[in-house]
Amino acid sequence: MSITERVAARPAAGGRAAARRGALRRGEATPVAKLTVVFVCTLWIIPTLGLLITSFRTKDDANSLGWWTVFTDPASLGRLTTAAYREVTAQANLDQAFVNSFAIALPATFIPLLIAAFAAYAFAFMRFPGRNALFIVIVSLLVVPNYVALVPILQVYGDFGINGTFPAAWLAHIGFGMSLAIYILRNYMATLPQAVLESARIDGATHFTMFWRLIMPMSVPALASFAIFQFLWVWNDLLVALVFIGPGENQPITVAVQGLMGQQGQGWQLVTAGGFISMVMPILFFLALQRFFVRGLTAGSVKG
Amino acid sequence: MLIKTINAVLAVIAGVGGALALFWLLNRLVGLLPGKWEDRLKPYVYIGPAFLAISLYLIYPAIQTINFSFANADSTAYVGLDNYTSLLGSAGFRSTLVNTLLWIVIVPAVTIALGLGIAVLADRLRPRAEKLAKTAIFMPMAISAVGAGTIWRFVYATNPPGEPQIGVQNAIVTGLGFDPVNWLQISDFKFNSLELMVMLLWAQVGFSMVLLSAAIKGVPADTLEAARIDGASERQIFFRVIVPQIRGTIITVFVTVTIGVMKLFDIVYVMTNGDFDTNVIGVQFFNELFTNFENGKAAAIVVMLMIAIIPIMIYQVRHFRTEEAGR
Repeated sequence: MSITERVAARPAAGGRAAARRGALRRGEATPVAKLTVVFVCTLWIIPTLGLLITSFRTKDDANSLGWWTVFTDPASLGRLTTAAYREVTAQANLDQAFVNSFAIALPATFIPLLIAAFAAYAFAFMRFPGRNALFIVIVSLLVVPNYVALVPILQVYGDFGINGTFPAAWLAHIGFGMSLAIYILRNYMATLPQAVLESARIDGATHFTMFWRLIMPMSVPALASFAIFQFLWVWNDLLVALVFIGPGENQPITVAVQGLMGQQGQGWQLVTAGGFISMVMPILFFLALQRFFVRGLTAGSVKG
Repeated sequence: MLIKTINAVLAVIAGVGGALALFWLLNRLVGLLPGKWEDRLKPYVYIGPAFLAISLYLIYPAIQTINFSFANADSTAYVGLDNYTSLLGSAGFRSTLVNTLLWIVIVPAVTIALGLGIAVLADRLRPRAEKLAKTAIFMPMAISAVGAGTIWRFVYATNPPGEPQIGVQNAIVTGLGFDPVNWLQISDFKFNSLELMVMLLWAQVGFSMVLLSAAIKGVPADTLEAARIDGASERQIFFRVIVPQIRGTIITVFVTVTIGVMKLFDIVYVMTNGDFDTNVIGVQFFNELFTNFENGKAAAIVVMLMIAIIPIMIYQVRHFRTEEAGR
């Protein structure tokens, strides 16, 4: 078994141990506990269900009937339509905004990930003067709100004439996401065994090789969980988009839907369809990767 | 449209490729140096680009903002403490501070209580049911505040009396025979702010539940068994055995949620734009800057926020240091 395999096998062993521990008695829920969970889940789902149903209604139904009447009035079932989706993509250019959101979110997710990974590697595995002080700077910057940056950065962007463009948003998200990225990745990397690196070192591997061959593959849960965090954050962001891009041809979907909300005179079904389109990507992304998300997040903060 | 997609893909390739090329190049350059200097400089090469980004987007702006907070509306002349005194002297801003404080006091505490409660209950279900329940509660985390705004309109929406209600809360109220209520305009007892907090809770409880649930599963079974043998009730086991053991995670979740609440902007901006006495610091900052064009006041608001955050910052650093010491 090679070093990498041995290390890669560790999480599985950890998982078995956790299952053996099983803090609470599994499958022993009392009826009251079961009912409570069902009740809470219903409460959590109802608002989204209302949105989904409204988005498939006609304008008249959406404005004058509660969405729950589809369950009580079978006639309104027959009137359900996808018209709102067609209308909203054509009218509010939501298809364009959807693509814009991708154009903003993809670079703003992957570029900081790479830069932060290198920094996290240095903090976790290299010894150098100022290491602790610099890392403490990062930890303390975690809590600084990005409002701080808006005015000064607007001025810098003004000097370079990039306000309203995609790079304006990319760079801002790269800067704002960096301290959290380094923090998460370095905390994860610090849990990886130093011995692996030392033996690779004796075999003559350089830092660059160890970074790519050993540390990056072993850090997949942390990398994935930060990627989800950052993607959701950028995709769902309204503040940075409003300030550095604003409404117009480059607007992302959040700005477009927010604009729609101001004109609901044209019907609730349009707002809801727009809202739903804006949610599809993050929810799919999230559901696909939530396994990593939980593992990566808990690695740094939960003992065991 | 196709062009934008290609643009995005090219940007990813160029950005990631460019960053890679940069690291590779710097790495090679440093590699040319004699061994001792290579070892000395390489760490700084690895953290350099990250610190460049942080300096430009956090450290430099923070200094500039402090500077601007003592200047006039368009940052052309210094006005001393005028921004601070006029903000703190206005009843509107004081109310904004009170609202923000309420969010900070209520939301993190309730997020943890609910997250803990649901985690404990869901933990006792069979694995499939547990996964399903957790996904349902976790999912709103992926939804933007703008999306949540469209969703929650159908909870709070108000139609005039006599017309059918399309909002859930008013449907219930009118069903019971009362007049419909304009929920988000009731500022008595900060009721409308509480309604907005519900939205953030809805979005965040899943996050807290997942972390806390992972921590609870990590509590060793033998300590629980020992407590059971000693005749402790389930409630005693929960508060005296489980909670103390997951204290670290509770603190992590608490700090994370508190930081999030301090940055609160979207929910209030989308739902009320701070009207009806629901304003919070983030929205007031935005409106000072982009509606009133008051750079100085906007900067002063941020500086006050930064001062409020310092205790959390100190706590965060201490927490990190003790964790490191225990590694």
